[in-house]
Amino acid sequence: MDKQALIDYTLQLADNALIIGHRNSEWCGHGPILEQDIAISNIALDYIGQARNFYQYAAALIGNGATEDSLAYLRDAIDFKNCLLTELPNGDWAQTILRQFFFSAYQYFLYQQLQQSTDQQLAAIAEKAFKEVTYHLRWSSEWVIRLGDGTEESRERMLHAIEELWSFTGELFEATTYEQQSVNDGYGVAFQEIQHSWMKKVGLVFEEATLPIPAANIWMQSGGKKGIHTEHLGFILAEMQFLQRAYPGAEW
Amino acid sequence: MSNTEWSLWEVFIRSKQGLDHKHVGSLHAADAQMAIENARDVYTRRMEGVSIWVVESKNIHASNPTEAGALYDPANDKAYRHPTFYHLPDELKHM
Repeated sequence: MDKQALIDYTLQLADNALIIGHRNSEWCGHGPILEQDIAISNIALDYIGQARNFYQYAAALIGNGATEDSLAYLRDAIDFKNCLLTELPNGDWAQTILRQFFFSAYQYFLYQQLQQSTDQQLAAIAEKAFKEVTYHLRWSSEWVIRLGDGTEESRERMLHAIEELWSFTGELFEATTYEQQSVNDGYGVAFQEIQHSWMKKVGLVFEEATLPIPAANIWMQSGGKKGIHTEHLGFILAEMQFLQRAYPGAEW
Repeated sequence: MSNTEWSLWEVFIRSKQGLDHKHVGSLHAADAQMAIENARDVYTRRMEGVSIWVVESKNIHASNPTEAGALYDPANDKAYRHPTFYHLPDELKHM
C-alpha cells in the first residue's frame, strides 16, 4: 500500500473542510438575518470539527512530530489540496448558498461511500460527518429553491452565482493520482458513481428552483487538489496562519 | 433586508420523549419549514431537544392583563379546591 497516497488523500479531505469552514466563518456577524448567521456559523463549526479529525489522522500517519495544528497552520498554499471551489470568495448570500449546495451534495455522496472504506479511521470519521453533511445538504437545498424560485432579484443573484461557480464543480470529480491510488488500494471512493448521483441531485433541486443546468461542454477549472490554487487561498492562509507564524506555539 | 420583514414565530421544544413541548423563545422565518430549520439552529445547539413545534406568533391569542382581577382573583378564596384543604383520617395511608 502507498502510504503517501493515504496521507495525501486524508489531507485533501481535511483541507476541503478547513477552507470551506473558514470561508463560512467569515459570515459570522454578517449573516443576512440573525437566524441564518447562526446557521452558517454552525456549519462552519461542523467543518472545523471534520478538519480536526482528518488532520489528527494525517498527523498520526506522517509522524515526525506533525500535529493537527502544524498541518493547518504551518503548510503553504502549494501544500494545500482543497478544491478551488472551497477557497473562492463568499460573494453574496446566493453565491455562498450555491457553493454550499454544490459542495454539500458532493460530500454527501462521498461520505456515504467512505463509511464503507477499508480504512477504519476514514470510515469512522465519514460516519460521524455524514450526519452533519446530511443537514448541510438539506439546508442549502432549501435555500437554492427559495432563492431560485423567489423574487426577481433573488433569482438574478442565483443565476449569477451559477455563472460564477459552475466551472469549479468539475474538479470535484477529477481524480488526482493519489485519489486513483486510494481506489486501487481499496480505501478510497471512485468518482464515477458519485458524480452521477451529484448530477441527479443538482438536477432535482435546480428543477424545483426553476434554475437552468449549464451546458455539459463548459470548460472546467482545476488544480486545487494538486496544490495549484487561485490567488484567494494565499489571503485566507495569511489571515488564518498569521498568529502561529508570528508567535510560534502561541496558545490561548 | 428589504421592507418585507419575515414574520415572527414562537418555538416549542420537547427536551425528552414523554415530556411536554415547552416554549423556549421566538425567531423570524418566511414560512413554517424555515421556522423549524431556524429553530434547530438557534435553539437545539446544545442538545436541548428531540422535537420542535413552531407556531406563527400572530396565531397565539393571549388573555388580557387588565382583566387579571376578574379572571383570577375569584379563585383566591376557594381553598376547598385544593386537596390540602381536606383533613385525611389517620387510618388512610399512602395518599
